[in-house]
Amino acid sequence: MLRKDIGLGLLVISVGVMVALINPRFLSAVNLANTANLIGLFGLFSIAQAFVIVTAGIELSVGSVIALLGVLFVDMIANGVPWPIAALIVLGLGCIIGLLHGWLITRLRLQPFVVTLCGLLIYRGVARFYTADGTAGFPFGSSFPMLEYLTTGRTSGVPHSAVAFLFVAAGSWFLLHRTVFGRHLFAVGKNEEAARYSGINTRRTIVAAYVICAVLTALSAIFFAMYTRSVQPSSHGNFYELYAIAAAVLGGFSLRGGEGSIIGVCLGVILLQVLQNLVNLLGVPSSLNFAVMGGVILIGVIADTQFDRFRARRREALMRVTLKGENTTQ
Amino acid sequence: MTVSAQPIDLTLSGVTKVYPGAVALSAVDLSIRGGEVVGLIGENGAGKSTLMKVLGGTIAADAGEIVIDGIAHARLTPVQATELGIAFVHQELNPFTNLDVAGNVLLGREIRRGPFGRLDRAAMSREVAGILKPLGTRFGPDDPVLGLSLADQQMLEIARALSMNARLVILDEPTSSLTLSETERLLEVISDLRARDVAVLFITHRLSEIEAVADRVVGLRDGKNAGTLSRAEITRDRMVRMMIGRDVGRTLQRQDQTPGAPVLEVQGLRTAAHPASVVDLTLHGGEILGLAGLVGAGRSELARVLFGIDSALEGTVTINGLPLSGYSVADAIASGLCLVPEDRKGQGLLLDFGVCDNISLPSLSRLSRWGRLDPRAEMALAETSRTRLRIKAADLHRASAELSGGNQQKVVLAKWLAMEPRVLIFDEPTRGIDVGSKAEVYALMRDLADRGVAILMISSDMEEVIGVSDRVAVMCRGRIAGMLVQKAVTEEAILRLAVE
Repeated sequence: MLRKDIGLGLLVISVGVMVALINPRFLSAVNLANTANLIGLFGLFSIAQAFVIVTAGIELSVGSVIALLGVLFVDMIANGVPWPIAALIVLGLGCIIGLLHGWLITRLRLQPFVVTLCGLLIYRGVARFYTADGTAGFPFGSSFPMLEYLTTGRTSGVPHSAVAFLFVAAGSWFLLHRTVFGRHLFAVGKNEEAARYSGINTRRTIVAAYVICAVLTALSAIFFAMYTRSVQPSSHGNFYELYAIAAAVLGGFSLRGGEGSIIGVCLGVILLQVLQNLVNLLGVPSSLNFAVMGGVILIGVIADTQFDRFRARRREALMRVTLKGENTTQ
Repeated sequence: MTVSAQPIDLTLSGVTKVYPGAVALSAVDLSIRGGEVVGLIGENGAGKSTLMKVLGGTIAADAGEIVIDGIAHARLTPVQATELGIAFVHQELNPFTNLDVAGNVLLGREIRRGPFGRLDRAAMSREVAGILKPLGTRFGPDDPVLGLSLADQQMLEIARALSMNARLVILDEPTSSLTLSETERLLEVISDLRARDVAVLFITHRLSEIEAVADRVVGLRDGKNAGTLSRAEITRDRMVRMMIGRDVGRTLQRQDQTPGAPVLEVQGLRTAAHPASVVDLTLHGGEILGLAGLVGAGRSELARVLFGIDSALEGTVTINGLPLSGYSVADAIASGLCLVPEDRKGQGLLLDFGVCDNISLPSLSRLSRWGRLDPRAEMALAETSRTRLRIKAADLHRASAELSGGNQQKVVLAKWLAMEPRVLIFDEPTRGIDVGSKAEVYALMRDLADRGVAILMISSDMEEVIGVSDRVAVMCRGRIAGMLVQKAVTEEAILRLAVE
């Protein structure tokens, strides 16, 4: 675990304790389960974003993909497609979207910001067109016990979205921090040219990052669709990409790439949700939600960079001393 | 505009510039007057560029003075230099391709009119036409810059210099990318400038051009004056001798001179950098082949193609009898060819990665099982490398940015040694590293060669090329201009081939 993660963990705990002291209802089973559910839902696509950010890229179409795939998923099921097939189709579409973004970025050398910004506009537009700006929902009274159990059910009070999040987080942690592929992602993000000069297939690595991102986003689209049960394509998933970027940045990812940890982004998601809770429980007008979030992220990032600068200065001073030592021994 | 019609009278005396660890200029003198064309020659790193930067005001000298028209300056600012009529035509041209010719020539000094300061395009066009006419350019003031040939872009720069009433025009290797006829035209323009009492300082590696146009030649060597030749004294031989002047020993050659089996064979290779030139080259196991040449001769470009970074236009590369075509870096590494690149900090290493992570990066697939990293195996490899190459690093997990240049180079080398290469290409292996580490790097190279590895060493350091190589290939304009062996490897012979 990185030192940054420990610091963030302590921050999450202290904010949590603060909220609990101010309003003990925070620790009620209902509230904890609700919070865990939201952490799970938002955590899935935040982890997705992390894979792209670590390559020094960005994925702005997350919210629109959640809306488009949500609409398609609900609509397919409402029209009698068996849910496992519908889920597979949605995940497959996610894969195609990731491949497309990766291809545009690595082969046509377009900037990730531009590619995914266009994605944001296109997918949202297609989603709205597909439903003629209506709401996609299940027929009245219909139920899908197995699907509902898997996505919105609970096991001894723990929402399954949170369970899914934990599994995805564990898998992602392993992939990013314990495999050759993960190392390559960091290398490509740090310095694409040096990575290339080390024999890494940088294009394939970057495409893979966008595919992982889009598939995980598709998975979260299914969970969101089942959570809301009806998808209003003009508002469903709005700003989620920014939420994901915020969680990743808060969790220690650098938008310049090559830095960050899965534990960090998970803690980032948790912190954002606990803050949300704080805002709600304290009776702060919910219209201030975004302002609170933005303020906290800004403070966090400032503290982080100042700390880094302090460490860099100390390191330089140390190096000067050791260099001097080397010279005298020679 | 302030017109100072009087010809320039400029004298640099005792100019000294010291960088940490290196003396770039040591008490250099140079003088030039209006109507004079002075050639400035010297090897790579002789101090020509530093001297020009002092003159242009981009760096300040530590000692010495610049006397212009009788007024002494300890240093110039770029603005002062321009005001005094000193203009540069750089080696690398960066015109603003979104503007037209007039817009480029008068950039920052546009002619305006009206209350809102709108551009007066007609006036600008007229003004620039007046400058272009005597130059006999093929383009007019309203032509777009996008699409102009390099030679025309050079003319554009000269026009820009003249539009600023330049009294001294400094041309930094202006012909390095020009064709023969373009070069001739440029030389004509230089003569024309001389006739107009403009002083021209002409830096070039092409000695024939100096023979053709210079009134005087000033040589630099290791940051010092190496002599001056007047018009009558200018000959190729004297210029080459002036550039060299130091005795370089051949010390590190291998004892056993029997050539090993050919390991790398390059046939009919054409690169995008020099599409008109073809490279043929054979590299034997156990030898160090030095690849000499001037900057821009296409050596690094050749290395990039061989390593699979860029693809060749044509030709075959055979490693260990295995022909490769359209291959990637991973393919090159797999067949045993590795590159220690020129830009250590940008290409050789991931500076923020730890020493251990850098060393293991290419070996990861071997050190992992089912794609799962094995930190212990990585650490073992790094430890072995640290001992073998004597890398001075206290903690192998610390960022490699913290190491000294020599130790960083050893880390780059370590990552390739772990791949057990058959061919190792070094691009400027000892640039920017201290003398002690240099000797260590040379010893490592020789040791590798003795174990049968074929080594191709690109170097602009004559001492290094002559001292370390078994054979020396000299590149010029993208082709191998000649191959020197044994006694024939002399600085003079290399320079002769390099300057064509």
